Amino acid sequence: MNWRIIRALIVKYAFTCSRNNFRVMDIFFWPVMDLLLWGFVTVYMLKVSNAVPTFITFFIAAIILWNVLYRAQQVVSVSFLDDVWSRNLLNIFAAPIRATEYVGASYIMGLMQSFVVLIILGTLAYFVHSLNILTMGIWLGLLFGNLILMGWSIGLMTTGAILRWGPPAEALAWAIPGIIQPLSAVFYPISVLPGWLQPFAVCFPASHVFEGMREILSGHTVDPNHLLCAFLLNIIYMTLAAFLFKSCLDGAKVRGSLVKYGT
Amino acid sequence: MDNIVEVRGLRKEFRKTVAIENLNFEVKRGEILGFLGANGAGKTTTIFMLLGLITPTKGTIKIFGNELQSHRVPILKRMNFASAYQQLPYNLLVWENLYVFAEIYGVRNSKRKIDELLETFELSHMRKNLTGSLSSGEQTRLTLCKALLNDPDLLLLDEPTASLDPDQADKVRKIIAGRQRDTGMTVINTSHNMLDVSELCDRILFMQSGQVVANGSAADILNKFESKNLEEAFITMARTQLVEKV
Repeated sequence: MNWRIIRALIVKYAFTCSRNNFRVMDIFFWPVMDLLLWGFVTVYMLKVSNAVPTFITFFIAAIILWNVLYRAQQVVSVSFLDDVWSRNLLNIFAAPIRATEYVGASYIMGLMQSFVVLIILGTLAYFVHSLNILTMGIWLGLLFGNLILMGWSIGLMTTGAILRWGPPAEALAWAIPGIIQPLSAVFYPISVLPGWLQPFAVCFPASHVFEGMREILSGHTVDPNHLLCAFLLNIIYMTLAAFLFKSCLDGAKVRGSLVKYGT
Repeated sequence: MDNIVEVRGLRKEFRKTVAIENLNFEVKRGEILGFLGANGAGKTTTIFMLLGLITPTKGTIKIFGNELQSHRVPILKRMNFASAYQQLPYNLLVWENLYVFAEIYGVRNSKRKIDELLETFELSHMRKNLTGSLSSGEQTRLTLCKALLNDPDLLLLDEPTASLDPDQADKVRKIIAGRQRDTGMTVINTSHNMLDVSELCDRILFMQSGQVVANGSAADILNKFESKNLEEAFITMARTQLVEKV
């Protein structure tokens, strides 16, 4: 791994973002809107129903942590799409850059962006909804880490799919998180899902992360198996994503679609 | 003179279409080789295979004495490439684009190198302009700046003067020829511009249907096809199904 190359790719991404107000809006505006909108909806629901008070805490914390995963996934996929849209893909792949350096740079960018989003949303939740996510202590770091790993894997798998199917698959960068969210037990426990869906839900690392988050926030004893399970699943996801990406990249070079896609 | 590029038995199929068929050639150190051929002859596919962007179906590519497949990164570090059809990110400033690629190629004293190249290609006054705001000719010159950032030992050019006016095209040819003289770099140049080929190239490979059908200096090609100039030779070759393979 050449860190100078990784740094150059991160600088390129930073230059790209700094020139694009819509990108900045996409990164910060929508998560903040999500938090405010759904936060207030939850407050309202609490007033008109007999929902337990911890419900609002679960909901807001889930919005914040889901955005961590979403941002990590988005940065990995969209940084690749940036090179496609700016017709820079061939310059990049004809340069002495290893796939690990290219992917590694997008992982680091995803991590940095998710961390910034966590700080912004965490601060906002504290002042607007009186939720201090730091009460989760060390657990918050473990939840964050697992969500980053899953975001990276999903982002890399999405990029592989885009490489395989070309422009028609670009929408997957936004669609995939939407598809997996209902199965990831973000806002409700796995037990709420119909019986036949539950085996699918337990296959997602995020399901275990959010189950763990609810245990932590409700003050119950935390079952460390949730996070261990999430971590082991993440290892499997990361490995699968790496194989999928490599096979899609190699396939694109064999079919000539990397060149067609890049020009 | 040793070979910088050695291509042996190269074949590329895209599904049932054979784009390149049993391609064999070598390029010597310091040589400027021109790829000529009608659209679809396989010139750009060959360039992309030399860059590792397309995987050959069969055959071997050796660059600097090493197999491209197994030594991709160290080989690409000593190469560079520019195409009239490939741009740099439009939303970055001119100097930002060059800075990013200078870092990627590990250029020492990148600021001085960037300034020197911008000066050479008459783009100094545009260093703080958005790349997307440049004309197509200026963008082509910018990609040439990028291609010379690392003082490559092997430079691949895909129609480098395609979007340039005759004055700029002439300047670019002189810059490339001058660099080649000064540094001894090897150049492979595909072009439809016969002036590019006749002024720049020491040797020409004429391709048709993915095969080399003529190989020699401009004078050899003119003799072989009994033509007055390269344009006439090109038209003759392009309109004739040449069975004789070199």
